[in-house]
Amino acid sequence: MKKSVRLLTAALAFASAGQYAVAAQGEFNPDISLILDGRYGDYSNDSDYELPGFMLGGEASRGEKGFHLGHNELVMSANIDDLFFAKMTTAIAEHEGETEVELEEAFIESQGLGYGLTIRAGRFYSDIGYMNNQHGHAWDFMDAPLVYMGLFGNQLIDDGVQLSWVAPTDVYFRLGFEFTRGERFPAGGASNDGKGASTVFAKWGGDLGVSHAWQFGLSHWSADIDGRTSAGHAHEAATEIPSFSGDSSVSAVDFIWKWAPQGNKHETNFKLQLEYFQRDDDGTIELLGSAPLETTSYQGEQTGWYLQGVYQFMPRWRVGYRYDRLNADNTGADAAVLEEAGLDDEGHTPERSTLMIDYSRSEYSRIRFQFSQDDSYEDSDNSFFIQYIVTLGAHGAHQF
Amino acid sequence: MKPVNHYILLISLLFFYTPVQAALNVFACEPEWASLVNELAADRAVTYSATTAYQDPHHIEARPSLIAKVRRANLVICSGAELEIGWLPVLLRQAANADVLPGRQGYFEAAAMVERLDIPEVLDRSQGDVHASGNPHVHLDPRRIHTIAKALTTRLIELDSDGEAFYKSRLQDFEQRWQSAMQVWKSRAGSLKGHRAIVHHRDWVYLFDWLGIEIAGALEPKPGLPASAGHLVSLKQMLDKQPVSMIVHTIYQNPRAAKRLSGLTATPIVELPYTVGGGEAADDLFGLFDVTIDKLLKALQ
Repeated sequence: MKKSVRLLTAALAFASAGQYAVAAQGEFNPDISLILDGRYGDYSNDSDYELPGFMLGGEASRGEKGFHLGHNELVMSANIDDLFFAKMTTAIAEHEGETEVELEEAFIESQGLGYGLTIRAGRFYSDIGYMNNQHGHAWDFMDAPLVYMGLFGNQLIDDGVQLSWVAPTDVYFRLGFEFTRGERFPAGGASNDGKGASTVFAKWGGDLGVSHAWQFGLSHWSADIDGRTSAGHAHEAATEIPSFSGDSSVSAVDFIWKWAPQGNKHETNFKLQLEYFQRDDDGTIELLGSAPLETTSYQGEQTGWYLQGVYQFMPRWRVGYRYDRLNADNTGADAAVLEEAGLDDEGHTPERSTLMIDYSRSEYSRIRFQFSQDDSYEDSDNSFFIQYIVTLGAHGAHQF
Repeated sequence: MKPVNHYILLISLLFFYTPVQAALNVFACEPEWASLVNELAADRAVTYSATTAYQDPHHIEARPSLIAKVRRANLVICSGAELEIGWLPVLLRQAANADVLPGRQGYFEAAAMVERLDIPEVLDRSQGDVHASGNPHVHLDPRRIHTIAKALTTRLIELDSDGEAFYKSRLQDFEQRWQSAMQVWKSRAGSLKGHRAIVHHRDWVYLFDWLGIEIAGALEPKPGLPASAGHLVSLKQMLDKQPVSMIVHTIYQNPRAAKRLSGLTATPIVELPYTVGGGEAADDLFGLFDVTIDKLLKALQ
């Protein structure tokens, strides 16, 4: 009886299979996946987090103590028709006791334009750098590198359009442009009538034999900023909010190298990741809420890089090490105002070393332990985190 | 020459040699389909295989080099049935090549052309990495290869109508050679019928369905999960009661679990090529089945 049922199911499935493809992705329309992320953290410092020389914004933080939730995300995507694909990611997170729903991504994307061209419109992760366009749960460490925290408030997300082109060459080459609103940190004010920021990026990549693959990228972001406010920097008079207006640009270099013996990553593999960023700011700083208004001219140069390696030493188990370093060289007419804005590096060079080990029972679950020696500000600290990340629903495909 | 060297040579040739006169540029997800395209299209197609027999086609990096290849392809041919779900969608999306998107002429899923086995009655990930559309490893049944060859020829003609007569004659030639080879395989493999085997992963469903070998169990406790010590013990207890003739795994699978069970139960291990390129003589589809049957028969001795 069971066998005949199975045969019948098989026959039905065969009969209903399309002419060209077995229904795989898109069996549910849309594809829905839910990502759950929970954490336990421990560190000793109780003072507010800061990165000397950087105005913190966005989601910059060092994580919380004790049991807490990370980003729990609901992702939906589907082909809209033969021309458009769409995707939306909402993150549900708790900030200071309030549950907040954040729209992380909501975009439409062309498909089938051909000629290697893709147009995307809506809210999306910028293609600046390497890991900016990846979801946090796809990162190899629980938190963002310091340079992402310091420059972008973890990730550069903006509203606008992206145009990209893949060249018809043997060596992979992709060139892209983004024109965006420029309202979210690290931009601000949506200047130029809501067309305040733009990005250009280029990526090259290829293989070396069967076991090695590489990718190299260059990217540049620039914005006219009308009020980049720092939300994360604490001050004894909390009403004073530092705000930057002027020109800002970020240049980035990234390099990825992956190794897997015979190209078979299932047993063992290694990934090396290096990114370098430099931000140049030129404009003025105001301390909003101060009376009389405190202001200064400001030229900032902030650089940062990290190098990380992640080694899967046996199926399901990976270890990783990351080294982070930042440097700020900010000048202005009134050093006291810069200091209050958090732009004085206080003679400190932020750095951090992080070790992680994680276990993935399947492609859908991961448990991670992470230990950091954190010298990102004067009070050096050790932190420890445990994290789980699980995925329910549609099978996500991972980019390089 | 070692098979590894063979591959490096093959891949470097594919990298540096790009003839212009070929009518079609084919991206094959797996070497078996590259081999089938070579049988049916010969010089009318330049074929690139995204994977080798030494790689697990479930787990492939969506590498930049693969995106570049898909970008220039006229035809993408893959097993389908979710085998490549972790990487092919990324390649197709990023390459932005309209001709090879699912549903277009330039996208060919071999598994869609044949009846599939192992279609799960219940979709639950606690049951492991199950494929809703059934077992995707359809290339290990020569009868299904034959069906796929016919469908592929139709597709090649749709894509390159100038070559219609050529493709038809190639198919005829292939069918003749394939059918006589199938007769030889079937008669040689007659003694395998009714034997039982432990498999590493259920890659062998179609092969064993064709040869009449029964799958008694798998080293993976659930598809995609590694063999645990406890699971091996329960397999040993099962084999103590009712022995099997062999333990079967592919070249790309770690032989550790197979060796451990073999040590516990004195059951012979058979490492099969799984696909074209997976060993000395398995350099095309004919060689693949020659070698596979040789190795299975050897295990019975």
